[in-house]
Amino acid sequence: MRWTVLSSDVLIFFPAVLYFVLVYRSMRFGMGQNSDVAWHIAMILLNPCLILIDHGHFQYNCISLGLTIAAIAAALSQKDLVASVLYCLALNHKQMSAYFAPAFFGYLLGKCLRKKNPLLEVTKLGLMVIGTFAVVWWPYLQSKDAALAVLSRLAPFERGIYEDYVANFWCTSSVLVKWKKLYSTQSLRIFSLAATLITCLPSMVQQILAPSSKGFLYALLNTSFSFYLFSFQVHEKSILLPLLPLTLLALEESRSILWLTHFAMFSMFPLLHRDKLVLAYMALYALFILVYFAPCGPSGRCHGTKTLDNTQKTKRSVDFITSITFHPLLMGFLGLCSLILHVIYLTMHPPNKYPFLFEAVIMLICFSQFVLFTFYFNSKQWMLSKHLTSKDKQKKLI
Amino acid sequence: MMEMQESPQTPLVMAQLSWFFGIATIVKLLLIPSYHSTDLEVHRHWLAITHSLPLSQWYTDETSEWTLDYPPFFAYLERFLSMFAHLIDPQIVHLHHGLNYKANSAIYFQRMSVIVSDLFLLYGVYRSTLALASLKRNLIWLLVIWSPGLLIVDHLHFQYNGFLFGWLLLSLSFLAQGRDVMGGFLFAVLLCFKHLFAVAAPVYFVYLLRHYCRGGLVRGFARLSVMGAIVVAVFAAAYGPFVYHGQIQQVIRRMFPFGRGLCHAYWAPNFWVFYIMLDKGIAFLLRKFGFNIPAPVASFTGGLVGDASPFAILPRVTPLTTFIMVLLALSPCLFRTWKDPRPRLIVRSVAYAYTCGFLFGWHVHEKASLHFSIPLAIVAVESLEDAKHYFLLSIVSCYSLFPLLYEAQEYPIKVLLLLLHTILMWFSFSAQYSGSLRGDKKGGEKQGFEVGWVTKSYLIGVVVVEIWGQFLHPYLFGDKLPFVPLMLISMYCAIGILYSWIWQLKSILISS
Repeated sequence: MRWTVLSSDVLIFFPAVLYFVLVYRSMRFGMGQNSDVAWHIAMILLNPCLILIDHGHFQYNCISLGLTIAAIAAALSQKDLVASVLYCLALNHKQMSAYFAPAFFGYLLGKCLRKKNPLLEVTKLGLMVIGTFAVVWWPYLQSKDAALAVLSRLAPFERGIYEDYVANFWCTSSVLVKWKKLYSTQSLRIFSLAATLITCLPSMVQQILAPSSKGFLYALLNTSFSFYLFSFQVHEKSILLPLLPLTLLALEESRSILWLTHFAMFSMFPLLHRDKLVLAYMALYALFILVYFAPCGPSGRCHGTKTLDNTQKTKRSVDFITSITFHPLLMGFLGLCSLILHVIYLTMHPPNKYPFLFEAVIMLICFSQFVLFTFYFNSKQWMLSKHLTSKDKQKKLI
Repeated sequence: MMEMQESPQTPLVMAQLSWFFGIATIVKLLLIPSYHSTDLEVHRHWLAITHSLPLSQWYTDETSEWTLDYPPFFAYLERFLSMFAHLIDPQIVHLHHGLNYKANSAIYFQRMSVIVSDLFLLYGVYRSTLALASLKRNLIWLLVIWSPGLLIVDHLHFQYNGFLFGWLLLSLSFLAQGRDVMGGFLFAVLLCFKHLFAVAAPVYFVYLLRHYCRGGLVRGFARLSVMGAIVVAVFAAAYGPFVYHGQIQQVIRRMFPFGRGLCHAYWAPNFWVFYIMLDKGIAFLLRKFGFNIPAPVASFTGGLVGDASPFAILPRVTPLTTFIMVLLALSPCLFRTWKDPRPRLIVRSVAYAYTCGFLFGWHVHEKASLHFSIPLAIVAVESLEDAKHYFLLSIVSCYSLFPLLYEAQEYPIKVLLLLLHTILMWFSFSAQYSGSLRGDKKGGEKQGFEVGWVTKSYLIGVVVVEIWGQFLHPYLFGDKLPFVPLMLISMYCAIGILYSWIWQLKSILISS
C-alpha cells in the first residue's frame, strides 16, 4: 500500500512540481541563481507536513495537490484550458481542492474579461469544465440516485461543524461561544458558507479586477486560508492546502514559509503523536530547517530579505502589518511557547478536569498566527495590484 | 552546488561541516525503527556483561552465546556506555533479564549511541581535510559522512564502525602531516578497540621504522624505543588488567575464534570465492568423467560455517595459508614503503593493506570492504584517475552490502541510498573536473569526468545481477537454489574488488 502512495507521489507530484518551478523561473526574468531553483524544489518536495500526512498518516493528497500544481503552472503559462481540465481532475480526486476554486475562478475570469472576446473565452472554459466532470462522473450519471449518493457521501454534514481540535475559527471560538449548542447544523452550515465567501471575496475580486501571476499565487493562498479558517468540518490535515501555495511562493516569502510551516506542523502535532510519528516529525522538521538554511540556498547566502521580498515596503499599511507579523519579540515569545508546549505535551498529563487542555492551547496559538498571516497575505495581494496596474498595461497577459 | 572559497575560515567550515552531519543524522534518526541484525543484541549483552560483572569475568562469561570478542578498549567503551544505559532503563544492562530485550528504550539508546559516536568520524574527516580547498573538502565530506555503506552497516545492521574509522582517519591525518608519534599512538589505541585493523600493522611498522626512526643509528634507536614504549604503554593499559588476572590466554582465544571457517555464511566478495567456484567446477567436471568424488562434509552452499574441509578437490585452506597470502600480497607495498616512506602515500598504502586483507583473509565479512573504501575517499579527489576508480569502488562495495538487509521494507532504502550516492558522486566529480583538463591538449586525453565503456558495462551488469536476484530468480525458480543470487552477487562484486586491488597496487608502485 505504501508503494502506491510513493509511486503516485513520484509519478504525479514530482513532475508537476518540476513543471511549476520551470514556469516560475521563466517568470522571474532571470533573477536569482540556479541554486535557487534547486532550493525551491527542495522546499516544495521536502514539505514536512505533506510527507508526514501522505506517507506517515497515509493519504493520497499528493495526487490532487500534484494536479493542482500542474493546473497552476498551466494557468501561469497562459494555457488556460489545460489548467481548467487539470483543476477539475484535482477537484474530482479530492473535493478539498475546492479550497482553491475561488482563486482559479477569479484569475481565469479576470483574464477572460481582458481578452478580445470575453464571452467566447468564458464559454470555452465552461465547456471544458463541464466536459471533464461528465467524463469523470459518467458511471454515476446513469441514475439520479447514484449521483445523489455520491454527493451526500462527499459532504458529510452530519458530522458537525468541527471535530477534534482544529486551529480554525469555529473550533477556537467555541471556547467562548458554544456554537454546537446554540445553533442547529443547518444554520451553522449557512454561517460557515457566508463567512467563507465573505473572507475569500476580497482576493477573488482583486484577481477579477487585476489578474496577475503573482497575484494568482497569493489569491490561492488567501482563499485556501479563508476556507481553512471558516469552512465546515475542517480537518487538521487541511492545513496542507494553504501550505501548498505558500511553498510555491517560497522564494518571495522566505520568512513566512519557515514560520508558518512551523505552526502548521505544530497544529498537526497531536494528530501525529497519536499516530506514533513523533520521531519522524522531529527528524523531518529538522531536515526542513537544514535545507532552508542550506549553505547554497537563498537564506544561507544573503542575510537580508531585500533581494527576496517584493519592493512594496514603501506603502505604510503593509509596513505596519509586516512589522506586527514579523515582530522579533513576538516571534521569539511564540517560538519559545511552542517549544515548551511540545515538551509539555510529550511528558506531562493534562488535568482530569480539562483532558484536552494542551490541544486547546496549541490550537489557540496556531489560530492566532494563521489569522495574522491571512491579514498579511491579503494586504500583500492588494498592494500587488496597486503596484502592478501601470506595469500591467505594458505586460498585457494575453 | 559548492562555493569557491580559497581561505577557509574556521567558523564557516564548522558550519558547513555541521550541515553535512546534520543531514546525515536526520537520515540516521529516521532509520531508527528499521531492521537491525543480531549485532544489536550482541552489543546490548556486552553492555550488560561490562556493567554487571567484575572485570575478571568479562571474557569468561558464558551467559549468552554472544561472548565478548573485541579487545579490552572496546569493552571499556561498553562499560562507559552502560552507565548511561543504566540511568535510562536498568533492564538493558541486567545480565539475565536483559537477554533479547527488545523494548524501545534499548533500541533507541543503542541507535543514539552509534549516532553520537559518529562524532569521532566527523572529527577524523575534519582533520583529514583541513588543508584542502573548499570544493575538494566538501566532496570528501560527501563521500565519507554520507557514505551509504557506512549508513547501511552502522545504522541499519548496527555496528560502531563510524567511531572506529574516526580513530583511523585521525591517525592517518597525523601521519600525513608528518606527526608520526601521534599517528602511531592513535593506531595502537585503535588496535586495542578492534583487532581487525591490525592488517595494516605491517605497513605502519615499516613506515614508522623508516620515516620516524632515521637519522643515524643512535637517534634512530632512541626514536624506536620511544615509539615502542608508547605502543607498549597503550597495550599495557588495555591488556594489563587481564594479564594481572592471568586471563590473557582466554582473552586471545575469545578474540580470535578461528573455528569459524574460511568463508562467512554469505561469501564476502574476495579471492576465495573464485577458489571455491574453481573447486566446485573441477569436481563437477570430474564427476561427469566418471571419477568418484565424495561430496565434502561441510559444503559452502549449505550456508554453514564450520571447521571441516569443505573442498572436494583443491587443497584445504588453513588460517596460516591465508596469513601468508595476505603478507605476500602486501609485500610490494612494504618494499615500496621501505625504500621511500612518504607521508603522501601513507593513506593509499594503508587502504591497500586492508584490500589485501579483505581479498585473502580468513573468515572475511563483506562489511570489511568499508575498511578500504573509507580511507580511499580521502584521496579520491587527488586526481581524475583516483576519482574514476573511487566511483566504481564505492558503488561495488556498497552493492556488496545489499544482502545484509534482506527484508522487503529495507529494499527501497538501500536502493535509493546507492542511487543517490551515485548521482551525487557523478555530479560532484563532474563539477570538480569539468574545467581542469581544458588546458591540456595532448592527443587522446580525456577531458572532464567520464567513465570508460568497461566501467559502464560493469555497472550495467550490477543492475542486471540485481534484477536477476530480486525478480527473475524467484519468478523462474521459486524457492529452489536460494543461494544462487547471493553467489552471483558476491562473485560479481569480487571481480570489481580484484580490479580495485590491481589498480591500487599499480598506483602505489608507479607513483613518483
